[in-house]
Amino acid sequence: MHPFATEVQELSGQNLSRCYQCKKCTAGCPTVSWYEWPNHGVVRMIQRGMRDALLGSKTIWMCVGCDTCGTRCPNGIYLGPIMDALRSLARREGRRVPEPAVLAFHEAFLASARRFGRVHEATMLAAYKLKTRDFLTDLGVGLKLFAKGKIPVLPKGIQGKAEVEKIFRLGGRAAGRRGG
Amino acid sequence: MELSYYPGCTAHSTAWEFNESTEGVFRALGWRLRELPDWNCCGGASAHTMDRVVGLGLPARNLAIAQRMGRDVLVPCAGCYNNVQKARAALEAGDPDARKIEDTLGFRWGKGVGVLSLLDWLERPGVIEALKAGVKRPLQGLKVVAYYGCQLVRPPRVTGRRSWENPTTLERACEAVGAQALDWSYKVDCCGADLGITHPDRAEALCSGLVARAREAGAQAVVVSCGLCQANLDMRQKGQGLPVLYVTELLGAALGVPGREKWWKKHLVDPSPLFR
Repeated sequence: MHPFATEVQELSGQNLSRCYQCKKCTAGCPTVSWYEWPNHGVVRMIQRGMRDALLGSKTIWMCVGCDTCGTRCPNGIYLGPIMDALRSLARREGRRVPEPAVLAFHEAFLASARRFGRVHEATMLAAYKLKTRDFLTDLGVGLKLFAKGKIPVLPKGIQGKAEVEKIFRLGGRAAGRRGG
Repeated sequence: MELSYYPGCTAHSTAWEFNESTEGVFRALGWRLRELPDWNCCGGASAHTMDRVVGLGLPARNLAIAQRMGRDVLVPCAGCYNNVQKARAALEAGDPDARKIEDTLGFRWGKGVGVLSLLDWLERPGVIEALKAGVKRPLQGLKVVAYYGCQLVRPPRVTGRRSWENPTTLERACEAVGAQALDWSYKVDCCGADLGITHPDRAEALCSGLVARAREAGAQAVVVSCGLCQANLDMRQKGQGLPVLYVTELLGAALGVPGREKWWKKHLVDPSPLFR
């Protein structure tokens, strides 16, 4: 097996050797139309050790982890944890992320969880908008939700913030820096 | 009958009416929900996406609190439920990352406690019967489709679901209070999750398709049990005007839970005409 395949297997806990390219994963994937390659192709690429192509791809950032592929796979291979592993590797290696909005959202979300212990949507979304420099998309929907009193203005922190911080420190650099 | 309760971050914001209606329905049926003290964010879709240890660690802290409280914990939000169940599975399997997390937080997952979604609760003996007996305003004539999405059912080894392609628990609950639950083929398709924020056009392609299929089936509303599914389907249906209800709102309306008029005001597509 290619060393890259071994690495992804260990990180994801998925046995890639079981794949026999039946394409059931691709058939059920809700986001495959926004991937560069179909799901079964991703498995093959990992087996072939195509590290640069995969870690620099949009594909790994477009998977939303719905677990349809793995649930239907006759060999029990879940692409969700594999995509998680590929994203972690891409971040660890400091690769450019071709889906900046997705990265900005996850970073803003985790920064909020880290700072308050719970996610505060108003400040999280403001941080996300600042990172993407896109203030107009969904402004209308955001204002409607705000008008319905759905987005509280002030954040409330929890008592156990120090424990939450310990969890983030135990995790790797991929989860972002404090307040970042 | 008492359960610990994990509301999740959206309970106090975008899913306010989910929290209110959940508390209302449980109260009406004589169940007591005790909110977990000082619970933290489950990590949403972001923690596991960026770092496995953080993805397991955040829900593990809530499980440690739940174990201390000693009661099974209800997690109505599908996204939170899935994260908590994945952390529980890792703790129970003695996963090396889970061990590190236990050491860091200073706890051991021992006998543990059960983690319940609303589906798990609805399947508890006597709950459907209690719903039937508690109906004050039967919803006769109301046609709905139940939408489960991803996280309540998949992966079955984590959720413990026996039926993951065609679950029927929400349908049984809707019918218990007099509504008609229609059959359709899209109940476990994905709504696009956080694409609703990062790629609204793509979430709209998925959600408007789902809502169109629900209308085709003849539904007057879609019934869900997830804050993100509700927000996506309600916001991103391209003006088709189909209300998207939390299952607890539908049940609460039939049980006559007070304050329900306030729930309808939180929706972008107004469901109140369904209950006049």
